[in-house]
Amino acid sequence: MGILERFGEKTIAFLEYLGGIISLIGETIRSLVHAQIRYAETFVQSYELGIGSLLIVLLTSLFTGMVISLESAQQAVQYGIGSLVGGAVTYTSVRELGPMLTAVVVAGRVGSAIAAEIGSMVVTEQIDALRSMGLSPVRFLVVPRLLALAIMLPLLTIFADIISIVGGMWIAQAYAHINPASFISSARQAVGFDDVVKGLFKSFIFACIIAFVGCYQGLSTRGGAAGVGRATTSAVVISIILIFGTNFIMSYFLFGGH
Amino acid sequence: MEPTIYASLEDVTLSFGENVILKNCNLKIVRGAITCIVGLSGAGKSTILRLLDGLIEPSSGHVYVDGHDLCHTPERKLVELRQKTSLAFQFAALLDSLTIGENVGLPLREHTALSDEKIRHIVDDALESVGLRHIYDSLPNELSGGMLKRAGFARAIVTRPELVLYDEPTTGLDPIVTNLITDTIIRLRQKLDGTAVVISHDLHSIFRMADYVAMLFEGAIIAYGPREEIRTSSNPFVQQFLTGNEVGPIPV
Repeated sequence: MGILERFGEKTIAFLEYLGGIISLIGETIRSLVHAQIRYAETFVQSYELGIGSLLIVLLTSLFTGMVISLESAQQAVQYGIGSLVGGAVTYTSVRELGPMLTAVVVAGRVGSAIAAEIGSMVVTEQIDALRSMGLSPVRFLVVPRLLALAIMLPLLTIFADIISIVGGMWIAQAYAHINPASFISSARQAVGFDDVVKGLFKSFIFACIIAFVGCYQGLSTRGGAAGVGRATTSAVVISIILIFGTNFIMSYFLFGGH
Repeated sequence: MEPTIYASLEDVTLSFGENVILKNCNLKIVRGAITCIVGLSGAGKSTILRLLDGLIEPSSGHVYVDGHDLCHTPERKLVELRQKTSLAFQFAALLDSLTIGENVGLPLREHTALSDEKIRHIVDDALESVGLRHIYDSLPNELSGGMLKRAGFARAIVTRPELVLYDEPTTGLDPIVTNLITDTIIRLRQKLDGTAVVISHDLHSIFRMADYVAMLFEGAIIAYGPREEIRTSSNPFVQQFLTGNEVGPIPV
């Protein structure tokens, strides 16, 4: 097969994927507009997807905050700018690493679970059964997962921000003798309320990416158990790439990079 | 009296890429009767059920159910039309996360405003009619294959559809359970006073329950008629299929 043919095939596959995702988003919005929401299922999903991810999010954020502080505190003290460490840790956590790392962790844990669960339902004809009963798989499966993630991911990000700052503060004190009052004062000067809101807005967008990609990969599963495996892997890989890409674009526009 | 037609496929062709599944396929489903479709594995029998349920659209031709053409029909209208039909899947396709009772009651819970008490009563009745009592709170993975299939039947009939489609209901079951399933299909058809289409490879079961038999070969119906007519057909394809002979016009 020639290069042009391969390029053409890849382009068609990409456009099909894009069309599929857009169609899924459209159908989901229609369900939301018509208030076709299964509240009990949304609550269950919020618990499973959100609370279930809390520990792993807290641990990764704690170590991230600690390592940022470790790398920056001793250097900063040497150059006599130790009072800025709190600002640096908080600034990085709230605006960038908090939302993004939380999203990456949740994409790995939850995005894969969504794709695997829905993919298994496809190969065991449960999705066809729903359609046969006149029930929309989007309303039944996608909407509760989207809402659950859209609510829980920003909440998880708040916890991630806090634990990351606390971890950073502890390391700053332990290794560079920067006292917590100075750390907090620097943090308050560096980061405003609008930074927190923008960080949470990023989380919301990441939640939508994880939910739509996970659900779409699940719904488009083909080929039995191997297909479920492929869908799961693709859900994580595509979500993470999109999270990094959109994070750059959002940072550029939200935080005045332009 | 001339039998009335409840559903039909007219010149239906269905292909996926270069793979042609059905080719100018014509089939009539008589109202109030059980029609069994037989044919080789992979011939496209289950595809016919999915066409009749509106789950897939043909590449060309028309699919009629109770006078409505399912082709090129918007999904919203299809959802409405699907209330008349119901598909009992080969492996039941019950939702893993719900109990048997919740599975069976799902269409009622989603499409009607009936009270929980009333739904429970209807679900109990549906489970009773397939010979499954006291499994309301069981999960699908706790049941045997035969019980799962019957639970799938209960879900298929709970809304009292006019047309019930059974996809290989006896495949993989022992002879006793096969008889039980066959009896259940006959009884449910009578109870609902509706129409049924059954895909099966089990000839004994087919000739017990079928009013009409259709044989699918290479994407088209090559033989169709009342049960006895098919049983005594001189069509060499039908004869080879019924006798299971390796020698004949059907390549092995």
